[in-house]
Amino acid sequence: MAKGVWIVAELRDGAFRKISFELAGTARKLADELGEEVCAIMLGSGIEGIAGDFAKYGVDKVYVADNPALEPYTTDAHAAAVAKVVKENDPSILLLGASAQGKDLSSRLVGKLATGMATDCTDVKIAAGKLVAIRPLYAGKCYGEVVVSGTPQMASLRPNVFPVVENAKAGAVVKFDPALDSSQLKTKVLEVQKDTSGKVDLTEANSIVAGGRGVKGAEGYQILEELADVLGATVGASRAAVDAGWRPLSDQVGQTGKVVSPSLYIACGISGAIQHLAGMSSSKYIVAINKDPEAPIFAKADYCIVDDLFKVVPELTKVCKKLLA
Amino acid sequence: MNIVACIKQVPDTEAQIKVKPDGSGIDETGIKWIMNPYDEYAVEESLRLKEKLGGEVTVVSLGPARVMATIRTALAMGADKGIHICDPAFDGADAYTTGAALAAAIGGIPYDIIICGQRAIDDDSGQVGSVLAELLGIPQLTIVTKVDVDGKSIKVIKPIEGAQLLIEGTLPCVVTAQKGLNEPRYASLPGIMKAKKKPVDTKDAQALGVTVDVKAKVAKFVPPPARAAGKIIGGDDPAAKAEELGRLLKEEAKVL
Repeated sequence: MAKGVWIVAELRDGAFRKISFELAGTARKLADELGEEVCAIMLGSGIEGIAGDFAKYGVDKVYVADNPALEPYTTDAHAAAVAKVVKENDPSILLLGASAQGKDLSSRLVGKLATGMATDCTDVKIAAGKLVAIRPLYAGKCYGEVVVSGTPQMASLRPNVFPVVENAKAGAVVKFDPALDSSQLKTKVLEVQKDTSGKVDLTEANSIVAGGRGVKGAEGYQILEELADVLGATVGASRAAVDAGWRPLSDQVGQTGKVVSPSLYIACGISGAIQHLAGMSSSKYIVAINKDPEAPIFAKADYCIVDDLFKVVPELTKVCKKLLA
Repeated sequence: MNIVACIKQVPDTEAQIKVKPDGSGIDETGIKWIMNPYDEYAVEESLRLKEKLGGEVTVVSLGPARVMATIRTALAMGADKGIHICDPAFDGADAYTTGAALAAAIGGIPYDIIICGQRAIDDDSGQVGSVLAELLGIPQLTIVTKVDVDGKSIKVIKPIEGAQLLIEGTLPCVVTAQKGLNEPRYASLPGIMKAKKKPVDTKDAQALGVTVDVKAKVAKFVPPPARAAGKIIGGDDPAAKAEELGRLLKEEAKVL
């Protein structure tokens, strides 16, 4: 019978990404309820040395495949390696991150393992010995409780939602051969262009300062950028602002953009069209600054200021600078 | 070049979603149905590839009878023919079943490239393109914002957190479209007239040889968690309001 809660760690440039620890902590909680082990799969090249670090986050065993063909990430190589070790060990639950890499890998594994998966979950629990995954549907306009009857029960977890918990375990390292067949590797990363802005991606940002139509133009974002700099936040935008060409597509928050869940979301001059609200209403704290007292965004906000953003935002930047000094 | 675009009909992005009182699904009353926005990029990219390299575009969609309207929209945009997978057996189909049905339908026709939207904005699952690729035994290039195809190979741009990847792959393959890939065209009036005469083949589960075996099910739909009413920070002085907001963020929300 299938046993064990497994996770696929995510690495970039030979180091763990934070989602790996979020996965480990969540898996630990589920495994303790089931009385099962937590095992992590780690794939890459020259990574054996850091495998043991995972023990700290509650991982009992780390299955490591260290192979040049596994770096950088490609779907073909990683999906083949994960499918092999999963089939050999038959875990009951398999968790991945709903990050760019995790989305690509997990969806391929659904096909390879012929199972089901709950995507981009915001909560997971055990009921009657089975995984129940809670996830937004319609970009958060409603939620679903998903039960997976396939094996393993797969879920991908939304980054930045699950806590990182230290909980030292043995973390035994088990090496495995991914048995990659080079004729099966049909894609290749030719180039990685790094974003040099040093900003955290919206989907992983702890704070977001977002602007909408009320910002009135690309130049208007300057004061939002200044506030974001003080807060260490990432700047986001509504669809209206992106469609107007004021901000790049990668900044769009909403049903057809990024779905975000920061601790703090400051919406400036955003009216709160339903498709925007869908993308940000799982934020922990929402601040709305808008001239229009009837703007729907106020119904979702924790703190509301009815005023001109061009007057309030620069003041807020000063206040935050003082408070954070 | 044989190009296939997979499309799904979904509720309009402006639609309010109401959960049925028994939690068994959403109330579809009054919903306006549209082509999934990401699938519009898939159709547009298919048409551009056809314009550049020649060939034919087939659109494939799974869903009830109303889905025919969305297939006709794609045909009006310029696709050449359609396949409608229509069978009540597929109600509540999960990603695996949907991928299997698409693989059976597409496996029966020639294909060089298959383009899907990166996810549908209803269930937001984002798995079908990959399941389809796996079941056809071909590579996938997911969530891409640029596609460049020469007869034998493909190059794409894929944004990830904090970087962009340039990835090369072999054909045939599955590509999933992200916003930014292109600007979808509107159907022209002559296009709409012509679409009425374009062939659409309807297939059911039996014809495709697919057994429905749902492996992931939404057991219960629930409304989103309610948010408590917010605090209105009043007054006339923007500086005083900013000061009070700063204090609340630090002392009450503890996010500063």
